[in-house]
Amino acid sequence: MKRLGTAIYAWLDDRIGIAALLGSTLKHVVPRDAGWWYVFGSATLVAFIVQVLTGVALAFSYIPSASQAYDTLQFITKEAPFGNFLRGLHYFGASAMVLMVGAHMAQTFLFGAYKFPRELNWTTGVLLLAFTLVMGFTGQLLRWDQNATWSVVVAAEQAGRIPYLGNWLARFILGGDNIGGATLSRFFAIHVFIMPALIFLFVAVHLRLVLRHGISETPREGKPVNPQTYRQEYAELLKTQGHPFWPNGAWRDFVFGTALIIAISVLAWVFGPPALDPPPDPGILKADPRPDWYLLWYFAVLALIPPQTEGYVMILAPAVIGILLLIVPILNNRGERAPSRRPWSIAVVLLAVLMIGSLWIEGYRSPWSPNFDPVPLSAKEIGTTNALVVAGAKLFEQKSCLKCHLIAGHGGRRGPELTFVADKLTRDNLTIRIVNGGVNMPAFGAMLKPSEINDLVAFLETRTKMNEPGRADVGNRGSP
Amino acid sequence: MNETNVSQPTSAEILAPPEMARRRFLARLCLSLGGLCGVILGAPLVGFLIAPFFRKAPAAWISAGKVENFEIGKTVSVPYPDPSPLPWAGITAKSVAWLRRDGQDRFTAFSVHCTHMGCPVRWLPDSQLFMCPCHGGIYYADGTVAAGPPPKPLIQYPVEIVNGEVKIKAIPLPIATEL
Repeated sequence: MKRLGTAIYAWLDDRIGIAALLGSTLKHVVPRDAGWWYVFGSATLVAFIVQVLTGVALAFSYIPSASQAYDTLQFITKEAPFGNFLRGLHYFGASAMVLMVGAHMAQTFLFGAYKFPRELNWTTGVLLLAFTLVMGFTGQLLRWDQNATWSVVVAAEQAGRIPYLGNWLARFILGGDNIGGATLSRFFAIHVFIMPALIFLFVAVHLRLVLRHGISETPREGKPVNPQTYRQEYAELLKTQGHPFWPNGAWRDFVFGTALIIAISVLAWVFGPPALDPPPDPGILKADPRPDWYLLWYFAVLALIPPQTEGYVMILAPAVIGILLLIVPILNNRGERAPSRRPWSIAVVLLAVLMIGSLWIEGYRSPWSPNFDPVPLSAKEIGTTNALVVAGAKLFEQKSCLKCHLIAGHGGRRGPELTFVADKLTRDNLTIRIVNGGVNMPAFGAMLKPSEINDLVAFLETRTKMNEPGRADVGNRGSP
Repeated sequence: MNETNVSQPTSAEILAPPEMARRRFLARLCLSLGGLCGVILGAPLVGFLIAPFFRKAPAAWISAGKVENFEIGKTVSVPYPDPSPLPWAGITAKSVAWLRRDGQDRFTAFSVHCTHMGCPVRWLPDSQLFMCPCHGGIYYADGTVAAGPPPKPLIQYPVEIVNGEVKIKAIPLPIATEL
């Protein structure tokens, strides 16, 4: 039996040349010191393979039609065997791909691996990062729920700001003048055909470049890259300190890749896919569009930048960041590679992680968004039966003040917290603020009767530390 | 199977000048034919993809209902059908506007899209404000900006009353095209 198998393999190898094709690739010599830091690139590829497999499986049931997509997703999630798990795998696979591509990029940058002769390895990698983010965004839209359709509107609005081309681009995104039948199918084509084709193509080019220039050796202090001598030095290094990629170098990739697949599977099994929003009915205006987590930081940027500069930031920032990333190797393709000799590279990565991380937290909290369903203040929290104060507390909720202001843990965070506002503002201050509004607060003077303003102020005057519920030394609570 | 390392003569060494010219001609022929195929296949493909640029939906006056169905001073959301939906658009084949009856024969219709990022603004009747859930844009009842990042007031749609019916001029999704 074994002899038959060997004979069949020999025949196939003779006709196809498998050994010649794969053998040289798998057994190419890599530096012996390429350790665990080098697994993120292959892990990104593993996550992409998970996406391709789960995506193809999902496409067996998904119908990219504006009238049916939502129903097919409901079917996949609730009825199809393993459908919920498969959607979870696709979601966490996408998350893993974004994380791994980020980690791979940070490691490459810190190790100076983008320097001569690997400049184009970096450039193709930057393009693959962009393609991955486009895949993430278009994938979110394919859920075709309320969040997805409003996200398309937001994307069209942003594209609309691009000078000269904006209106055309917005129409291209929408597939016409408005969300409708043509919108979903174009995102489906982009997500399922165009972007994967580009990713396959650029992964092939990226891997070809990795084979051509070899995996970069671990950077060492005092060993700068000199384009005149680097190739010779690298060849010498491989001769003395190299070993074949298969299996001596590849085992770490397989261990990490397997761990990644197990992590994706466990997350998909335990947490499942993101819940579907209500159907994409433009008539339902109780919507709260949010991007998936990997673009939540950008959602925060749009809320936090000064409105006057917003258009420029929206258009120029991605363009400038993209160009800067692409030309990194042109700006600096020789010299020291060791992070200890390039402290600015550590600072850049740390700054990027801190910026994206803090913006992500802000995006998650979204303190600028009103809380449309605040829990009303209880009688205990109002803390008195004084009719004026109780009426003011009721008005505070009724007139939407509680949607933006936090009191005793209730309400929104859009405006300042007012739990102890009377410790800071006098009765006159409070009245002026309510009537005239503030920097980021509407003027309520024309919308409230004088008696209502009086009630509101009476309520706010009781918001002091002294009157805090639960305090033993409560003073003259309820006597505004 | 067996490959030798004997260096091969270059084409310039083995080909006579007429043969070189022929070879050049054939190379150009192949490339030209490739280009022609690209144009034949590419032109309709590009045309198909960019067709939405030129497909203008007709502006249409859509009935929002009888005048008496609307209470004076009240703002309500009015769904209306897309003027030219594709057959498979399903529930997305409609739009919606905020409509307020200001007086006996006076109505104001607002776009539901925040002028900041296009998110759906909600009308809060008790506080007489429109609020946006995305980045916290707030508008007064007349659509002017009260707070937050919106650069402009809410877009207003033309409204008219014809034979006792309130009609809204449905216009495409308002896209802010300036920076």
